[in-house]
Amino acid sequence: MTHFSALSLVKNALSGHKNWTEQWPEVEPKAEYDVIIVGAGGHGLGAAHYLAKEHGITNIAVIDKGWLGGGNTGRNTTIIRSNYLYDESARLYDHAVDLWQDLSQDLNYNVMYSNRGVLMLAHNVHDVQSFKRHVHANRLNGVDNRWLTKEECKDYCPPLSISPDARYPVLGGALQKRAGTARHDAVAWGYARSAAARGVDIIQNCAVTAIRRHPDGSVAGVETAKGFIKAKKVAVSAAGHTSVVMQTADVRLPLESYPLQALVSEPVKPVFPCVVMSNAVHAYISQSDKGELVIGSGTDQYTSYSQRGGLPLIEHTVAAICEIFPMFNRMRMLRKWGGIVDVTPDRSAIISKTPVEGLYVNCGWGTGGFKATPGAAHTFAWTIAKNAPHPINAPFTLERFRTGRLIDEAAAAAVAH
Amino acid sequence: MLLIHCPYCDDTLPELEFAYAGQAHVVRAPLPATQSDAEWEEFLFIRDNARGPHFERWRHIHGCGRFFNAVRDTVSDRFYTTYKAGAPRPDLASLIGEAP
Ligand SMILES: Cc1cc2nc3c(=O)[nH]c(=O)nc-3n(C[C@H](O)[C@H](O)[C@H](O)COP(=O)(O)OP(=O)(O)OC[C@H]3O[C@@H](n4cnc5c(N)ncnc54)[C@H](O)[C@@H]3O)c2cc1C
Ligand SMILES: [Zn+2]
Repeated sequence: MTHFSALSLVKNALSGHKNWTEQWPEVEPKAEYDVIIVGAGGHGLGAAHYLAKEHGITNIAVIDKGWLGGGNTGRNTTIIRSNYLYDESARLYDHAVDLWQDLSQDLNYNVMYSNRGVLMLAHNVHDVQSFKRHVHANRLNGVDNRWLTKEECKDYCPPLSISPDARYPVLGGALQKRAGTARHDAVAWGYARSAAARGVDIIQNCAVTAIRRHPDGSVAGVETAKGFIKAKKVAVSAAGHTSVVMQTADVRLPLESYPLQALVSEPVKPVFPCVVMSNAVHAYISQSDKGELVIGSGTDQYTSYSQRGGLPLIEHTVAAICEIFPMFNRMRMLRKWGGIVDVTPDRSAIISKTPVEGLYVNCGWGTGGFKATPGAAHTFAWTIAKNAPHPINAPFTLERFRTGRLIDEAAAAAVAH
Repeated sequence: MLLIHCPYCDDTLPELEFAYAGQAHVVRAPLPATQSDAEWEEFLFIRDNARGPHFERWRHIHGCGRFFNAVRDTVSDRFYTTYKAGAPRPDLASLIGEAP
C-alpha cells in the first residue's frame, strides 16, 4: 500500500497517475477468523482498524452484503457534533469528536474533517429553554457549546432570515464551534485501507444470512452467500438491518428501522459557511466542498426497509429550508435518497455484549451515528477484544432496557440527529 | 406517498391523513404488577421490526380518528390488508398467497 504524502503525489503525477496501487485487495473469505464483523460501514470498518491497531488482533473479516460504505455511512448528511444532554452521551460523542480532530493523520487518509461549526436554531420558547439547558449541561461536562442571540446567529450564518414575521421565527441558537462535517466516503475508505494494510480481509457483496451457534449456545460463525465461515467472535454493526441479523441468533432487540432521507442541490459557489440544524422543523443543511447544498430531513413515520422514503417528508423539509433561507427558494435539487436507520426507544445507541457468548453488537445509532463513528468503533473494538465494556460505552448496554436505566436523549432532544 | 384504506371510513386515502402507531397486537398484561422485568422489557421496548410482512397499527387522525390494524410488507411498503381494531390477526399465508 502506498503511503500518501506530498512526495508520493508528485511522484505519481510525474508518471501520469498510472502507478497508484489498489487501496485494499479483493479477497475470498478464509475458512476461519478470530473476529467476523458484519457490516462494512464506518463503524464496522473502524472497529476492524482499532482491533488491529490497538489490540493486535488482525485475523479479522469485515463482511458486507453490498459495497463497503454503501449503507448509511455513504448516505448521511455528515453532521458531527457532541452537544448531547446527558453525561453518558457527552462522554461518548466528545470522545468521537476528539478522535475526529486528527483522524486524517491516524489513517493517512484525508477524511476532510471541517470544524466549521454547527448552529442549532431555536424557534420557540421551549427551544430556547431546552437549548440553554443543553448549553449549561455541556459546559459542566467540558463540551463546547454556547448560546447566540438571533443577531449573532445572522452574523455567523448570513443566509439566515431572522425576520420577526418569518413562518419559523429565529429566537436564537446554540453554536458548537468544534463541530462540523467530514467526507463520508473517505471515512469508510480510510478505515478500510488502514485495516486491510494490517491484514484485515474486507469481503464485499456477500450477505450474512445467519449467525450460527454451538450446542452450548456460544457463537460458532456465520452463514453467508459464500458459505459458512467459522469465527471465535462475531460483531454485528449492520445499522438498520441489525435486528434482522441478530434475530438469527435468537437475540431480539429494542430496535425499529425507519427510512431517513436526504437530498442535494445543484452545485453553486460557496454561500453557506457552517451547518445549520432546525430540530423543530426537521431541516438540516450545509454546503459540501463540491458546492451542493446537503439537506437532511426527519424520518418517515412508518418502519420500512425500502431505502426510499416518501415525498411528503422531502416537500416539508424543502419548504422549511426555503422559509428559513429565502435566498435558496429558486435552487434546483439534483437527487434524493434514503437510508434505513435503527432507532432505539431512548434514542441512544447500544454498544454491548449480548446474551450469546462471543456475540457483540453495535447498533441503535438511528439518525445520528456518523458523528460517533470513530468513538463507537474505538470503544466497540475494546469490548470485542477484552470481552468487557469500555468505560465510555459501559452505560450503552442492552440490559438498560430491562433495568430501566435508559439514556433518554429522546426526551431531552425530541430528535436524535 | 402511501395510500391507506381506512376500514371504518371504507375509503382509500393519502398517508398524510394517517398517523403510524407501531407494531400491532402487543398486548398489555391483565395483571401488570405480576410482570417480571423481562416481561416488561418485552412489552415496552422489544419489537419484531420485521423485514417483510408486518402487523401494525395506524390511526386515521385527520378523518374518523380511529385506530385500526394493517398488514404491510416493509420491503415494498405495499399493504396486504387493513382491518378493524379488535379483529383477529388475519392469516398471513392466505393473505400473501392470494395477493395479485
Ligand atoms: C439520510 C441520512 C442522513 C443522516 N445524517 C446524519 C448526520 O448528519 N449526522 C450523523 O451523525 N448521522 C447521520 N445519519 C446516521 C448515520 O448515517 C448512521 O448512524 C451511521 O452512518 C451508521 O454507520 P454504520 O457503519 O453503523 O452503518 P452503515 O454504514 O449503514 O453500515 C452497515 C452495513 O451493514 C451492511 N449489512 C446489513 N445487513 C447485512 C447482512 N445481512 N450481511 C452483511 N452486511 C450487512 C450494510 O450493507 C451496510 O453497509 C444519517 C443517516 C441517513 C440515512
Ligand atoms: Zn377513517
